[in-house]
Amino acid sequence: MSERENIIARMREALSVSAPWPGQDHGKGREMPIQSSIADQREVLPAVGESFEEQLTLFRANAAELRADFRLLNDVNALAAELKGLRAAEGWQRVAAHGGDLTGAACRALALPVMLTDQAYDKRGLAACDAGITECDALVAQTGSVLVTNRSAGGRALSVLPPHHVVLARREQLVPDLPAAFALLKAKYGGAYPSMISFVTGPSRTGDIERILVLGAHGPKKLTILCF
Amino acid sequence: MSAPATQFNQDARRLSADLRHRQTIQTAMGKYEVVRDQRKAAFQDWQAARQMAAETKWEAVNHLDRHLEQFVRNLEARGTKVHWAGTAQQARDLILGILRQKQARVIVKSKAMTSEEIHLNEAMAQAGYEVVESDLGEFIVQLREEPPYHIVFPAMHLTRDEIRDVFQRKLGDAPSNNPEELTMVARRVLREKYLQADVGITGANFAIAETGMLSITENEGNARLTAALPRTMITLVGIEKVLPRLEDLALFLPMLSAMGTGQTLSCYNTLYGGPRQPGETDGPEEYHVVLLDNHRTALLADAEQRDSLHCIRCGACLNVCPIFRNVGGHTYGTTYCGPIGAVITPNLRGLNDWKHLSYASSLCGACTETCPVKIDLHHHLLQNRRNASNLKPSWWQKTAFKAFAPVATRPALWSLVTKLGRLGQKLHGLVKGSRLDPAYAWTKTRDLPPIAQQTFKEWWRTRS
Repeated sequence: MSERENIIARMREALSVSAPWPGQDHGKGREMPIQSSIADQREVLPAVGESFEEQLTLFRANAAELRADFRLLNDVNALAAELKGLRAAEGWQRVAAHGGDLTGAACRALALPVMLTDQAYDKRGLAACDAGITECDALVAQTGSVLVTNRSAGGRALSVLPPHHVVLARREQLVPDLPAAFALLKAKYGGAYPSMISFVTGPSRTGDIERILVLGAHGPKKLTILCF
Repeated sequence: MSAPATQFNQDARRLSADLRHRQTIQTAMGKYEVVRDQRKAAFQDWQAARQMAAETKWEAVNHLDRHLEQFVRNLEARGTKVHWAGTAQQARDLILGILRQKQARVIVKSKAMTSEEIHLNEAMAQAGYEVVESDLGEFIVQLREEPPYHIVFPAMHLTRDEIRDVFQRKLGDAPSNNPEELTMVARRVLREKYLQADVGITGANFAIAETGMLSITENEGNARLTAALPRTMITLVGIEKVLPRLEDLALFLPMLSAMGTGQTLSCYNTLYGGPRQPGETDGPEEYHVVLLDNHRTALLADAEQRDSLHCIRCGACLNVCPIFRNVGGHTYGTTYCGPIGAVITPNLRGLNDWKHLSYASSLCGACTETCPVKIDLHHHLLQNRRNASNLKPSWWQKTAFKAFAPVATRPALWSLVTKLGRLGQKLHGLVKGSRLDPAYAWTKTRDLPPIAQQTFKEWWRTRS
């Protein structure tokens, strides 16, 4: 027998005896497990307001607590000015991005050498870029997270290797909570998921030395979210 | 006494009297408690969330065969190579085989308790590979050549001075004891390793049956880089980590973050569904997932303690445990320490050698109360005590109970003995706590509560 068959056989044998239902008084309780629905999850998870304005306020508050730089812009035309401001403030020489409507416009506005991760690229070159500019799949109000996939955000490394991650997002990409984010993933990608899906919640951080917060442990030290 | 028990007793005695150790742990825990409580309070109904999580895990674990096969089918369909390891030895051999086949030289790892469990680093180092831990805490304890102290905070027992010292000694680079500067030293050193590494090894927090994905929770971005840069990626994961559905994560990710580190969500919660797919431009060319049994099926066979396989390794039970907070993580001498370690280690590594851990508990139940998936931890400690005494009763306990039974079952004798006891305790006061005290083993660090001056029956007879 293969090891797979051995392990499966041991599991089946073990499971021939049933275990007490959890959280009850040692075995008394219901017969069938429930499958929690989105509605069930929403009753217990941290509260999120109903209106778009409330959700936006929550996202902004979460981002501030996470030390992410969230900027709400009036329209798409304001992107160029914000990016030029960042370029000047941080002295960007070279940035990395992926092909896309928003990223394309951003790169034109910046007028800097751009490394694109849509084709095979040199990872040392990417690490040497001053910023990685990506689009995203969603912003999650409940947690202050940016949802990216390797399909929407230029691969696995672009959003994590350069020292500054700049996200370009549209207002309508804001979703209220995590259940909505997973529903969106299912609806958008269905049976053909990208091989990497990541909830990015603030810039990279560690507390491994005396539980003192330090930003930029391995990933970006800065996370800027430009939303219009 | 077994060798692990002797070691536990010695270390526990030393560390519980070590005030500096106590100070370090209390400071770290104090900070954690504040944020954990804030996150719990943010949930609209934390208790209902725990019940929901416990039920989801029950479903996953009690139909593990079905969920695991679905998980593997979905994972293999997208080009991942899945390996099954019955034992630690098999898992090490499988991984070493992959490294040989890929002609690897440098291996970068992100935090994985399963790899501690099978002593993977030692095996890889012995085979001549350069292995680097990339999680900052793990990197620090690797430099100090010691195991992680805590399953979530591996270096929580160290001060910034100790970390500066080891950086100075091993890396020759420690500008100061400032946590930020030390972190940047590690970032520089490890960034270079990432760019050189041939193989990346990770653990996983959840395995999603419905979509065939591994979910990894982290804060530093080290797992993200481990899964992005090397040409080969290996994930070593216990078979019990399965969750049935993708959307189950909407509940589990924030619960894990709240209890593990007191965050709304950890910085990176990432799902991996395979190697680089057609049309993708980076990520590993090969993805191997090693499924580890290593006695988990034995725990599965114990219906009474099966729920200990629900564990999401958040470390919350360690943090609230008065024993852990006094004796520290290394004292346990196990991969998994604290209450969950005390419950599962005797089942994974032999009851006779590890039964002493069942007594490393005040049975206060704080662990059970805090557990986000409602594992009945302190009752399992009692069950392990019972199982150990059924397996091999101790002679002095047998003798003591043989003497106790005839007294306790004869009311007249019982009443006489309690009277004698009161008298004896008066005399005992003369020697209490001194070397002449026959109960010195107990009284040198504890009080002996006085027997009541009047029994209930005596009071009942004299009531007016």
